This record gives sequence, C-alpha cells and structure tokens, in this order.
Amino acid sequence: MTDQPLLQATAVHKSFGDVEVLKGIDLTVRQGQVVSLIGASGSGKTTFLRCVNLLEEHDGGEILLDGDPIGYRDIGGKRRRLSEAKVSAQRARIGMVFQQFNLFPHLTAGDNVMLGLTKVLGKSKAEAREIAGHWLGRVGLAERRDHYPYQLSGGQQQRVAIARAVAMQPRLLLFDEVTSALDPELVAEVLGVMHALADAGMTMLLVSHEMLFVRDVSHHVVFLDKGRIAQQGRPADVFDNPENERLRSFLGRFHGLFGRASAAS
Amino acid sequence: MIDYHFDWSVIARNSDKLIDALILGLWLAVVSLAIGSVIGLLAAYARVSGKWWLSRPVWLYVEFIRCTPLLLLIFLIYFGLPEFDISFLNKTQSFVVSLSLYAGAYMSEVFRAGLASIPKQYVEAAKAIGLRPWQRQAYVILPVMFRITLPSISNNLISLFKDTSLAAAIAVPELTFTARQINANTFRVMEVWLTASALYLVTAYLIAILLRLLERRYAAIR
Repeated sequence: MTDQPLLQATAVHKSFGDVEVLKGIDLTVRQGQVVSLIGASGSGKTTFLRCVNLLEEHDGGEILLDGDPIGYRDIGGKRRRLSEAKVSAQRARIGMVFQQFNLFPHLTAGDNVMLGLTKVLGKSKAEAREIAGHWLGRVGLAERRDHYPYQLSGGQQQRVAIARAVAMQPRLLLFDEVTSALDPELVAEVLGVMHALADAGMTMLLVSHEMLFVRDVSHHVVFLDKGRIAQQGRPADVFDNPENERLRSFLGRFHGLFGRASAAS
Repeated sequence: MIDYHFDWSVIARNSDKLIDALILGLWLAVVSLAIGSVIGLLAAYARVSGKWWLSRPVWLYVEFIRCTPLLLLIFLIYFGLPEFDISFLNKTQSFVVSLSLYAGAYMSEVFRAGLASIPKQYVEAAKAIGLRPWQRQAYVILPVMFRITLPSISNNLISLFKDTSLAAAIAVPELTFTARQINANTFRVMEVWLTASALYLVTAYLIAILLRLLERRYAAIR
C-alpha cells in the first residue's frame, strides 16, 4: 500500500428529484487499499459507488481518480460534463461488478471478458484470448470459457463478471453487493475470488452486507447513514468500538457477530 | 361445381412458370424485409431519440402506412412517382420500394419495442467496461435486441411473403399474377388457384419452421 490517493471524493452530493441521497461525501481510497461501504439500505452506498464510474451523475462536489476529475470539469467557473468519449475512457480505468452479474447474454464467458479488451483497449484477438484465459483461470473457470451465461450458476456468472472487470486492468475495482443475489452456498466462492484479488494488491471499493468478509478484507470501513458518513476507520474500530448510535443499532442486526455491538443493541 | 372435372396436367405444363413466380415472390419478401429492417431501425432510433423534429415525421410515416391499405401505397408509388418525373423504376423495383416502406413502418414498431425491452443492466455493464455509445449499440444492444425481436421479425417475413400477391395488381410476374395468367389461358380455375394456395401455404409454413429453429437456437442464449 502506498500513500498515493487513488480516488479522492470531496463533498459529493446527489439528489433524485427532491430526495437528497448523498449529502456531502468525503472519501479517500489509496492505492492497494480495500475500502468498504456499509450501512442500511437507502443510506446512499450504492449511489456513491455508481457516481464513481458515472452510472449516476453527482450534482455537486468532485471525484478525482489519479488526480483527474471524473465526469465533470470546471471551465471558466462553470461545471461542465465531459464528452461521452472522455467519460467512456474514464470508465475503462474503473472496473465494476454488479449485484445481478450483468453478463452479456449473447456472448460466451470468454467473449464477455474479451469484448472490452478488444474494443476498448484495442488488443488483438489472440492477445485478448490469452488474457481472458488467464483471468478465467484465476477465478477457477478456465474450462467454462465457451459456456453462455445461462449455462452457468449464479456464482460462476459472478466470477466471470469479476474476470471481465479485472482483465481490463483497472486502477480501481468497484463491487456493488456482489453476493446479494446469490444462493448462500455460492457466496463463498465469490468472496474467495475477491479475497485473492485484495491479497494481490488490487485497489477495491466495495458495498457489502457480508460483515465478516468486510471486517476481514478491508483496510478501511465507512459507515453511511442517510447520505452522510457517520463513522469510519479501521475495521476493528468500526466493528468493535462503534461510537455512533446508528452504527451500533445497524451492527446489532447482525446478531452475535460482533461483541460489543450486539451487546449494545 | 359437380360437373367440374379436374385436369391437373395444366399444372405440370406450367410448373416452371409457377416455381419461377414463387421464387420471385420469396425474393421480393426477403429484399423488402432487409430494406424495411434498415428503415425500421433508423425510424426506431428516431422515435426514441427524444428529438421532436426526428420523432414526429417518423410517427407520421408509421401511422400513414399503418392506417392506409398496402395496395394504395403500391398504386401511389407505381402510378404516382412517374407524375413527378421519377420513372427510373421498373414495376418490380417500384413494388420493392412500396413493400419496403410498408415493412419499414412495421419493423420500426418491432424495434422500438425491442429497444425499450433491453434490460438496463446490460447497458450499464457495457458502460462500465468503457464501451463508447456506438459500441454499446453495436456490440451489446443490437445483438440482444435482435434475439428479443426475432419472433416478430419472423411473423413479419411471413406476412410480407403473402403480401407479395398484391404485386399482381401492377403486373409483377409473381405467383398470384402468374396463376391468373395461366388461368386466363387455360380456364382451369380450381387447379390453378388451389395450386397457388398450396404453394403459398407450404412455403409460408416452411419459413415458419425454419425461423422457429433459428429462434430456438437464439432463445437458449438469452
């Protein structure tokens, strides 16, 4: 891990109509760091994650990736959105894995991984095939490369989706509740792959309800409450010494998992 | 009717003509579907563009075609265009123009529904890997839409194939026109019309089976 801030969010605001979902989020992710966002549903964690790669447009504040403002630029004091081409190029530097896997249904596992490599990064078919093979192997699905998504289990689809994101060699990987749609027995295989990526030094920002995993894998944990950061810190601090009342009550829902938290609620 | 004696030799004698006419009809349907699909796709994009100066004229075109008889369109183009000194089209080409415009209106509705039914999650995944807008269309949205709309495209091809019979009205030598000609020369009314009907039925049914196989192949992928 270095001290270089890879992602720096400052006062990020986002509203859907009259509802302000993000009320000024300040967050720093350093290279090689795993940062987890936790909080009740509706707290804004997924929205923040989606703002980072512009699947949602933030209304105010700034998100910098490697010092480069994402999505918007100040031109003559006015906030202007970047062109679609520039936004696409920025998104290519950020990988995202979704709750519902979102594999392209008309492409095989291998082609799902290869699409971005050939069309976005401009790699040759042969090179892309090799990279796809490598990453499908890393997620334990080398022999499934010619299978279509519908022929794979949920856990396998999610591992392909992770391979698709990581094969692009993004600077940052976003995980949006990637185990929420999986049957319980398939969760472990996906978390295992994520753990391996974290161990390999991948910078990751994740939203998850798998509290044990979050505690185990994260360098930094951020608790969001109603669009604001209510508490953040090292996993031990957040889980074992929850100062914030709302955090205590949130952790209390995960009965028995955390000593003081469950006792306090 | 009771006195009618069937003489099928008239069919055997004219089988070459009938087969040629059938092939022409099929060709007219396939070409019109192809051109109509291009028109339909452009029209569908215009409809969903959110720009009134694109969507309004297209809406007018689609409603005009849907609410007027095809035969009228065929006459309008075949007899009408030469009045404006547009006379480089022969009757077959003129019919292809009519049927393509007709197909285009219906295909635009098929594609519009198809585009609207693409799950948002695929578009987001395409954005997330950094595909540009046109790449998202070319590599993700259109291939998925094609699979979703394949059953409707199949139905349209069968309809268009049957509609090619209207080309008889401007003397394009397709199956209906040819059958009428043989009929006029031989007075074998029942043999000729029954044979023509059977040829339409068998061909349309074969198209349906073929396309259903194609659908099954692609349906599994969705």
